Amino acid sequence: MTGLATVMLSVIDTGEQITFWICGSLALIGALGMVLSRKAVHSALWIAMTMINLACLYMAQGALFLGMVQIIVYTGAVMMLFLFVLMLVGVDSSDSVVETIRGQRLAAGLAGLAFALMLIAVISRVTLGDVGTQGADAVYGGNLQGLAALIFGKYLLAFEVTSALLITAAIGAMILAHRERIEPKKEQKDLSKERFLSGEHPGSLPPPGVYARHNAVDTPALLPDGTLAENSVPASLRARGAIRTVDRALGDEVQQLAAGDGSLEGEDLR
Amino acid sequence: MTPNYYIVLSALLFTIGAVGVLVRRNAIVLFMCVELMLNATNLALVTFARVHGNLDGQVMAFFVMVVAAAEVVVGLAIIVTIFRSRRSASVDEASLLKY
Repeated sequence: MTGLATVMLSVIDTGEQITFWICGSLALIGALGMVLSRKAVHSALWIAMTMINLACLYMAQGALFLGMVQIIVYTGAVMMLFLFVLMLVGVDSSDSVVETIRGQRLAAGLAGLAFALMLIAVISRVTLGDVGTQGADAVYGGNLQGLAALIFGKYLLAFEVTSALLITAAIGAMILAHRERIEPKKEQKDLSKERFLSGEHPGSLPPPGVYARHNAVDTPALLPDGTLAENSVPASLRARGAIRTVDRALGDEVQQLAAGDGSLEGEDLR
Repeated sequence: MTPNYYIVLSALLFTIGAVGVLVRRNAIVLFMCVELMLNATNLALVTFARVHGNLDGQVMAFFVMVVAAAEVVVGLAIIVTIFRSRRSASVDEASLLKY
């Protein structure tokens, strides 16, 4: 019986080792990728990978509830909040590679290396026991029940203070993100006056062209003299240069079409 | 498997986060680095809970997560406010007190 238990334990231990080496190295790769990638969005995706792998490591160590909270709260809520703010601030805001203080990066890297070496040297000198949380879990019948007993018993005051903190944070964020209106809101009359006083064309812009094969927003309309109406295409498409060209059908092709010959090929639009 | 490996991993993640805070200049990426450091600490707390065989460490990690969530909300609101007034999220730009 004890032999079977030892075999079971060693199997569990091997499984945990495999989990550790896979998830641990992935977490490290994610952390390095976050620091090294220049675009903030890439950093966000790398750190999301790190957090998911850390959740696996929590679960491998018996903290099942924390593993789930890590995935739901961190990768689900916090990282999405980061991505929201990134989209508000502008995704293309990548860091400049120019150093403000000369040699700062090298110095930071060396300091980090020294710090890591110091920590690892200290950790390698201690031998940590491995009691495991199974016994503590079993007292209340499970990991979640045990945590609940602690949070709503021994740490009840801290938990209540936490709720005050969360409310304060929510109100603080609302106050910070709120913008006071410093001028009266423009009514429809003011807007129309403004439009006529500006001297530009007061009506709506021409709609995109409608042709036999294309009527999407990227097909420009034609003016009476046959030139393209540039402002019939949205400005963002114009800026990207993603405007479809309008080819003219040649005279004999038109006659072919009129004669019902379906063999005509090409990208002519009219 | 001894828990030392987990503590070493936690130390490495913490160091990477700290170096990131020193090196990067985009305020949002700085914030992510701080989050990474908090996560590394959480890993150490969970490991210590296992070392001591009680759940207090896990409760501490839980509280760290709650405080981190509150911190992220306020911090990102500050970043949005700064971005609104000076059109940049770089921490080098916010040097109004310098001159």
